[in-house]
Amino acid sequence: MTGRAGRAFALAILLLGHALADDIPANQRLSGHDMMGAEAQAMQRDDFANPAMLAVKEGEALWKAAPGEGRPSCQSCHGDAAESMKGVAARYPARDASTGRAFDLPGQIQACQTGRQAVAPSARESAALLALEAYLSLQSRGMPLASPRARGLEDAVLRGEKLYRQRFGQLDLSCAQCHSQNWGRSLGGTRIPQAHPTGYPLFRMEWQAIGSLQRRFRNCMTGIRAEPFPAGAPEWVDLEIYLKERAADMAMDAPGVRP
Amino acid sequence: MSGRAAHAGTGRELWLAIAAFLVALAMPARAQQDVPEAGPLAVSRPPDAENGRRIVTDRRKGLCLLCHSGPFPEVRFQGDLAPSLAGAGSRWTPAQLRARLIDSRLFNGETIMPPYFRAEGQSRMAVAFKGRTILTAEEIEDVTAFLATLRE
Repeated sequence: MTGRAGRAFALAILLLGHALADDIPANQRLSGHDMMGAEAQAMQRDDFANPAMLAVKEGEALWKAAPGEGRPSCQSCHGDAAESMKGVAARYPARDASTGRAFDLPGQIQACQTGRQAVAPSARESAALLALEAYLSLQSRGMPLASPRARGLEDAVLRGEKLYRQRFGQLDLSCAQCHSQNWGRSLGGTRIPQAHPTGYPLFRMEWQAIGSLQRRFRNCMTGIRAEPFPAGAPEWVDLEIYLKERAADMAMDAPGVRP
Repeated sequence: MSGRAAHAGTGRELWLAIAAFLVALAMPARAQQDVPEAGPLAVSRPPDAENGRRIVTDRRKGLCLLCHSGPFPEVRFQGDLAPSLAGAGSRWTPAQLRARLIDSRLFNGETIMPPYFRAEGQSRMAVAFKGRTILTAEEIEDVTAFLATLRE
């Protein structure tokens, strides 16, 4: 009996393995940094050469500055970011305890601006929001991405995975078809990465600018001739949560440089 | 009329295509012989193989060489996600090539090849492309004619 149960269990594990086999095994995961050329890697590693570090400097100034007369600065509540924000970006997106809604890091900054600082929130993809995001992300550099599932975001992980595997657009392609099943191959001369969001916000040479993960999502959707979700849409947050579950324990390298 | 309806033609052809698809599914991957076929689309002018070549090598129009490679020495960056187009005209008949272009899902439900003559069924189609196929019927015939010339 136990032998049969054992065999059934082994079969179940085998089938489960097959079901998961269309994604990258944990020990073969590579970040965009791992996959890019040595020159771009060197540019990222050198804080004086990394163009995203300009945004970090700007973000540090914004962190310390009061957004208006009598309004608290980020620092007046949170203190020294090097202390209080250490590892925080690695745990985003996070669920807001009062509303139950999951915020990505820029969304949380906007919520602080509206709720705590009583100012108009910085727009998505604005220089100010990217700068604050870059400054906060730097405080998690080298730290492992925390598993969203382990912090109670299971539902969002499942929704995000569904989006990751769904075909979109006139070209009828899913994220998974390129980034899980064909990573490393040449798409018209460009090497397809594994889509692990370890380095955002990052300076992309193609953009000649620092940009967010949602900007990257938009680019992919436009490329397959699909209508992107609006900036800040919950679908983007779900997708980010899934990608961070998929990349759990990988080291953050924000603010990154990418080709 | 949608591209798919034009391609399906009579009900009999549709059932044949479905039957061929089911047969293909049941067979080992390398032994496919009865693969889907599609007859010539209704077009306003004769096929132009030279224009077909232009479409194939145009990164924004045909997009083919993003994934495929082939005998196109002037194209610097070619893809390796899909088989080389060299010899495609020896491996497939024009009717089979055309069916692949129209909707490659008839061959393989998991394919990454975009459906070049299907404007319906995609999720979140970009507004600028809504209701439009990637290629027109004329362009499908041009590309089919060109691929048929790629013999080994």
